[in-house]
Amino acid sequence: MQITLNNKIEVFPNETLTIKEILELKKFTYPKLIVKLNDVIIEKEDFDSTFVKEGDNLMILHLLAGG
Amino acid sequence: MTFMEIQKILINKTVGIAGCGGLGSNCAVALARVGVGTLIIADFDKIEESNLNRQYYFYDQIGLPKSETLKGNIKRINPKVNVINHQVFLDEKNVPVIFKDCDIIVEAFDKSEAKEMIIKTVSKVFPDKYLVCGIGMAGWGQNEIIKEQRFGKLIICGDGINEISENNPPLAPRVGIVSNMQANIVLELLLKNN
Repeated sequence: MQITLNNKIEVFPNETLTIKEILELKKFTYPKLIVKLNDVIIEKEDFDSTFVKEGDNLMILHLLAGG
Repeated sequence: MTFMEIQKILINKTVGIAGCGGLGSNCAVALARVGVGTLIIADFDKIEESNLNRQYYFYDQIGLPKSETLKGNIKRINPKVNVINHQVFLDEKNVPVIFKDCDIIVEAFDKSEAKEMIIKTVSKVFPDKYLVCGIGMAGWGQNEIIKEQRFGKLIICGDGINEISENNPPLAPRVGIVSNMQANIVLELLLKNN
């Protein structure tokens, strides 16, 4: 599948992946994250039950302290 | 556009600033200088000496409440700005009330939990409002990695890498760059389609 991840085209050999799998594959290891799938916030407890498919727009942000 | 034309547009605009620390105080001052009509600023905190390495306060203001003091500092720069200050701890309950009338909201917290709270709250309650956040600005140097990223109505300024820590503190130059980048995006959005 081809998706948009953080405004860049990303191709995976899989037809679908959960958000949890994408976090592992793309090495988003930081504990504090905010995820939006097609502009909808996905809660942490739903990362392993939410599937990403062809054409989806995924945002994964590390929430860093500081300001 | 001339500065007079710009001011004519900005006078009718309202910007909310969530947090009056390094990002919020500097962003608010930039927006006040260019003439944004109304600024709604909020913070629960008091000014500490350690804040003065980056925040828009003065030595003789240590111990004073941030939101009220920032209002005073803004008024000294541009008395024509209408500043509404809230000395409160912002949460998912009061954000929808305090920032209801804003054209754009600026996220200017230091804690990542607070950043998460406002991103989630604004996205849920105000899906049509722009939220301009600052993420990753600790340390010094590395100008070239500070950037903006746009995700619909959510806009992120910063390097996305440098989190504050004992050995990577937030300091005036980089915090100033990111806060002014946020102000610059706010200005761009406010002047668009006018």
